[in-house]
Amino acid sequence: MSHAVSSKRYEGLHGAMAEFDTPEDLIEACEKAYSEGYRKMDAYAPMPVEGLAEAIGYKKNKVALCVLIGGCTGVCFGLGLLEWISMVAYPHNVGGRPLNSWPAFIPITFECMILFSALTALVSMLAMNGLPRPYHAVFNVPAFERASVDRFFLCIESQDPKFEPDSTVSFLQTLGGREVNFVPE
Amino acid sequence: MDQIEKVKESGYQLPGEIIPDPGAKIVLGGGHDYASVTERIAGVVYLPMKNSPKKWLVGAFFAFCFVNLLMLAIYVLFTRGTGIWGINIPIGWGFAIINFVWWIGIGHAGTLISAILFLLKQDWRTSINRFSEAMTLFAVACAGMFPILHLGRPWLFYWLLPYPNSMWLWPQPRSPLEWDVFAVSTYGTVSLVFWYVGLLPDLASLRDTAPSLLQRRIYGVMSLGWRGSAIHWHRYQKAYLLLAGLSTPLVLSVHTIVSFDFAISVLPGWHTTIFPPYFVAGAVYSGFAMVLTLIIPLRAWYNMRDLITLRTIEAACKLMLGVGLIVAYGYASEAFFAWYSGDKYEQFMYWNRMTGPYGFTYWLLILCNILIPQLLWSQKVRHSLALVWGISIVINIGMWLERFEIVVTSLHRDFLPSSWGMYIPSKWDWATYAGTLGFFMLLIFLFVRFLPSISIFEVREQVHRDLHEKPVEEHA
Repeated sequence: MSHAVSSKRYEGLHGAMAEFDTPEDLIEACEKAYSEGYRKMDAYAPMPVEGLAEAIGYKKNKVALCVLIGGCTGVCFGLGLLEWISMVAYPHNVGGRPLNSWPAFIPITFECMILFSALTALVSMLAMNGLPRPYHAVFNVPAFERASVDRFFLCIESQDPKFEPDSTVSFLQTLGGREVNFVPE
Repeated sequence: MDQIEKVKESGYQLPGEIIPDPGAKIVLGGGHDYASVTERIAGVVYLPMKNSPKKWLVGAFFAFCFVNLLMLAIYVLFTRGTGIWGINIPIGWGFAIINFVWWIGIGHAGTLISAILFLLKQDWRTSINRFSEAMTLFAVACAGMFPILHLGRPWLFYWLLPYPNSMWLWPQPRSPLEWDVFAVSTYGTVSLVFWYVGLLPDLASLRDTAPSLLQRRIYGVMSLGWRGSAIHWHRYQKAYLLLAGLSTPLVLSVHTIVSFDFAISVLPGWHTTIFPPYFVAGAVYSGFAMVLTLIIPLRAWYNMRDLITLRTIEAACKLMLGVGLIVAYGYASEAFFAWYSGDKYEQFMYWNRMTGPYGFTYWLLILCNILIPQLLWSQKVRHSLALVWGISIVINIGMWLERFEIVVTSLHRDFLPSSWGMYIPSKWDWATYAGTLGFFMLLIFLFVRFLPSISIFEVREQVHRDLHEKPVEEHA
C-alpha cells in the first residue's frame, strides 16, 4: 500500500472505522459514504457479501484475465515441450510413425493448461490482494477480531482527500453502527 | 460474555446433549447465527486432547498402527523388490494398479462436490465440500504411492519427469503412462490449491478466535494475513469460481487418462471406447460412497447433526444411485460389445470373466455395485443412516472388485493359452493395501482435529440465505 503525500497530514492514523451487525447495514453505510464523496475506504466482512465491493466503488477485477494468460502460457509450454522433445531433443522413429504426432500430445498439453491456470488463479489473487501480509493497521482495532466471525466494518482511510478526523468520525456515527474507532497506523 | 469470548477464555466443549437432525429438507439446523457456526466448527479444532471423543483416539491409534504396517511393507519392498508381491508374467500389474485406480477414483467425488456442485449452486454441498476436498487430497496421496512403489526401482521415479539429464533421455510423450504422470500430478496440485484457497478465510477465523497463543500464531501464519476486505473477497470469489471451472474438466480428464492406460492397449477387455465415461462414473460412485462412509460417523462423534443434515446425506445417496446406474450401463455395454464384436478373444474374455477362476469376483461385483445399491430408491433406506452407511461400504468393496476384475481377468488369460497364468495376492500385497487405508484414515483423523472440517464462511453465507429467503418447498 503506497503512502500518498496526503496521508502525511495525519501521521500515525490509518483511518476511522465503524462497526455493523449485518451485511445489509454495511452495504447501506458504504453507499452513503460513497455518495458523501469518500473514495479511499475499505469494507470488511467475515464472508463474501454480494454488491459490497461495488458499493465502495471497486470495478476492475483482473483475476480472470491473469488466468487466461496463465492458461495460454500453459498450452504453449506443454505443446512446445512435447514437440521439442519428440522432434528436436530425442527424435525416435517408432515403426515409421510421424515424429510430430500432435494428437497424442493433447492430454499433457491440456493438463499443463489446467495446472498453469490454477496456479495463476492462486498467485494472481494473492498478489493483487497484497497477501501474504502479516501486519495491517486495521488489526490494531481490538473489535476487529470479530471481522472474521460475525461483525462487519467500514474503514475510511486517512489518505482520502475528504478525510478529517472529527468530521469523518461524526459522519460514521450517523450511519447507525455499533461504535466508531480511530485506526492507529 | 458471548460464546466466542468464552471459547477464547476457557476453551471449547462439545455440546452435552445430542443435537437433533433437522431432517431431509433443511441444509442447516435452526437457531444458528454467524458466531455460533464459527464456534461450533472452529471449536472442534480447539478441543483439548483429553476432551476429544474416545472414538477419535481409538480410531487414530489403529490408523497409526496400519501406517506402521505400510512402512514395514515398503521397507521390505525396497530391500527385496517387487517379487514379494503376487505379480508375475502375465499379470504384471496386480494390486499396485488396482489400488492406484481405486484410490484416485475415491478422490474424484471430492472434486465433484467442491467444484461441479459449486458451479451448479447446490447449497447442500456447503457442509461437506471442505471435508471431501481433504478426502481427495489424501486419496491422491495414497494413489500416487502405488505406481511409484510398482516401478521396481522406485528411487528413480524422477525419470518419469521430462528434465534435462546427463543421458539426454526424454520420456515418451505418446504413452498414456506418461500422460498419467502429468494428469495425477496436476490433479494433486490443483486439488491442494483449491483446498487451500477455500481454507484461507477460515484460517483467519481460527487466528482470531483460538484460545491459545500458539494456535493463533500458527493459524495466523497459515492465513497469510487475510482480513476479509470487500475487494479481496471480490477477487477471491472470482479466483474460486475459476478454480472450480478448471477443476471440472480436470477431474473428467484425470480418470479418462487413467482409463487410457487400459484402453490404448490392444488387450481384450481393455481395448474399449466405453472406458473413459465408465471410469469417470465409477470414480464418482466410489468417491460418494467414501464420503458417506466417513461423514456419517464424523457428524455423530462431533455432534454436528445440525450442520451436516439428512438433506446432504440424502442428496449424496441420490447422486450415488444415479452414477451407479451409469456404471451398470457401462457393465452392460462391455458385455454387449464383447458379444457383438464377433471377436473371439473378446467373447472368450467376457465368458472367462463371468465363469472362469475369478468368476466369483464378477458376481460379487454385480451384487455390490448394481443390486444392493438399488435399495436407495426407497426413501426409508435413504433416511436410515445405518443402512446408508452399510451400502456405502458395500459400494467401496464393489468398486475395488471392479478394478480387480478389469486388471486381473483381462491379463491372466489373453490371446495365447500357453501364456495364461494366475494371480494370487501375497501377504505383502494386502499389507501395502491395508497400510494405505491406515495412512488415509490417519490423515482424515488429523485433518478433523487440526483444521475446520466444514467451510465456516460458506456456512455463514448459508445462515445469511436462511435469514433472508423463505425455504423452497421441494419434492421429497
